[in-house]
Amino acid sequence: MKTMTFADAIEDALTKAMSEDPRIVVFGEDVHALRMNLYAKFGEMRVRPTPISESAFLGAAVTAAMAGLRPVVEIMMIDFVAVAADALVNQAAKLEVFSGGRWSAPMVVRASCGGGYGDGGQHEQSLWGWLAQVPGIKVVVPSNPADAGGLMLSAIEDEGPVVFMEHKLLADYWVDGVADGGRTNFDYDIPEAGARGEVPKTWEPIPIGEAKELRNGDDLTIVSLGVSVHRCLQAAEQLAKDGIQAGVIDLRSVAPLDTNAVCQAVEKTGRLLVVDEDYKHFSLSGELAAVVLEAGMGAKFARVCVEDTIPFDRRREAQALPNVQRIIEAAWKLVSQ
Amino acid sequence: MQLNAEGLYRQMYKSRRFEEAVTQLWNDGHISAEMHLSSGEEAIIAGVLDHVTEGDALALDHRGTAPMIMRGVDLALLIKEFMGLEDGLCRGMGGHMHLFSPEHLASSSGIVGAEGPAACGFAFAAQHLRPGKVAIAFFGEGAMNQGMLMESINLAAAWSLPVIFVCKDNGTAVTTPSAEVTAGDLLTRARGLGAYAVSVDGTDVDEVWRPARDAFLRAREGNGPTFLHATCVHPEGHLLGDPLLRIVRRPVRELKSKVAPLMKAATTAGSTLSERAASLGSIAGMLRRAQKTQKQAANDPVERQRQRLSISDPERGELERAIDDEVETAVAAALRSLEARS
Repeated sequence: MKTMTFADAIEDALTKAMSEDPRIVVFGEDVHALRMNLYAKFGEMRVRPTPISESAFLGAAVTAAMAGLRPVVEIMMIDFVAVAADALVNQAAKLEVFSGGRWSAPMVVRASCGGGYGDGGQHEQSLWGWLAQVPGIKVVVPSNPADAGGLMLSAIEDEGPVVFMEHKLLADYWVDGVADGGRTNFDYDIPEAGARGEVPKTWEPIPIGEAKELRNGDDLTIVSLGVSVHRCLQAAEQLAKDGIQAGVIDLRSVAPLDTNAVCQAVEKTGRLLVVDEDYKHFSLSGELAAVVLEAGMGAKFARVCVEDTIPFDRRREAQALPNVQRIIEAAWKLVSQ
Repeated sequence: MQLNAEGLYRQMYKSRRFEEAVTQLWNDGHISAEMHLSSGEEAIIAGVLDHVTEGDALALDHRGTAPMIMRGVDLALLIKEFMGLEDGLCRGMGGHMHLFSPEHLASSSGIVGAEGPAACGFAFAAQHLRPGKVAIAFFGEGAMNQGMLMESINLAAAWSLPVIFVCKDNGTAVTTPSAEVTAGDLLTRARGLGAYAVSVDGTDVDEVWRPARDAFLRAREGNGPTFLHATCVHPEGHLLGDPLLRIVRRPVRELKSKVAPLMKAATTAGSTLSERAASLGSIAGMLRRAQKTQKQAANDPVERQRQRLSISDPERGELERAIDDEVETAVAAALRSLEARS
């Protein structure tokens, strides 16, 4: 097995896909700089910097996809998708149903997400619950290089719109660009196994909508995704030292949601703890509670999420985001019930 | 109203000195993540804000430091906010991109183009509640391709809203040359949307001040919006630690990890050889432009105004020292507050 960084894995998979399929085009803000290698390899017709016009170029991606291209369109940070929400919510998401299943928009919306480096609540959101709420949009959130590459291939091959989110703490170039800016005097809680890891010799698509059990445990089931997965694994290790066996499931995608994997695990443990860097209310965590209830299980439930606008101040930010301490506390509370 | 060269210089110098202190604090690790300076924009901000009176509103972008300073916001409150301290301007909750001062009707957003709608709303409220008052939007030329800003210019013109749209044009949207992604010219575009439009050299505060005065007059008298286009240079690039400027300043260190993959990408099959060569050419052009930004910094608005002062050197020295002291005192207060916290 070879290893790669999270960012390189995505780029490597994307390069492979673009080499094989000339219909794949990349466009978005500053992609000539952000995707400099792709730009150098495939030229400006396939890797094209856009004006800061999210509603225009995201909207254009929808019909470009309908007309035969396979756009990977970049919204620098997922927070900015709010500017262009119409293209996703009212256009791309509706197409398949409105056309009676006769037309689709095979496009990937690629964006960075997440916090933990002190950039404030307008540049650190996750918003995957918000996007996944609309039928017709798939939302993928990988937690490690192997999943990132494999899921990127699936996202490209998918016949509909897929939002592909990469957490900034996992992607070295985001940490360098918007957090460090060349400085070395800051510490970020970057999960090693997420930022760099083993990848397959040749990229194969990983089906979207399949969760992965990362740790087995009989006392409770922790369900998470993205960077938080690594916080959960850390918490589970500490809990194990105190005799509590926590299972950890990496959802890998919000929509479709792998409800079977969650239900099977919770059936065994009777306790579900959702750890989600997205907002708590009207959210993925709430959805998972409903899933378990609808399945007729009387499971005990708790969640560790972001409850309010993320503070700019790094100290308060650290408390607002899911962290190992909060996860352990919630787990203890849950197993004591 | 008369142009006061010394007063304008005072404002510009204060903003610049403050941002130099901010740069130091950022380098020392006291300010997290992104930091977008107003440095290079001082003449534009000073030339416009000199006409502001109580009740006028500000819709700011991610470079709100200079406008906040020139509007009179306390320096220590600003630094503490940038450092995320509880006694900062916004209790350390917003940071430098999200500065708010209800006392000055000043609000900010880190979303490009959001200043347009914000200024329209402030202006509409002024029509109802504060007749004769004006809203000012500050944004870069990159924002001129954002739909909501274009819609806002139309809305302001259609409703005769008292808005002054100030476009600070440094020619580059983050790393993208604006000329390559912007069709037509901005003045014609603004005029097409019904605004009165004028363009000036934004590194010369005199040039900004006069059309700004006319724009305020126009707005206050109910004659609708002005689009004031002003060119400028950002000597520190898009943000502190700008990746392109880092390459220009320390090419060996910064390019170490980048050159090999780039060359591999450009020399292995993808698109045609000429397209790949064109890409490499445009990457080189991007770096050349970044380098040019450095050189143009000699054409500095603060320096230009300093040359123009009619006061004696000792008088100027005294003026500057007083501001240096003010900045130093604010920094010291912020560092004390930081220490008290930990």
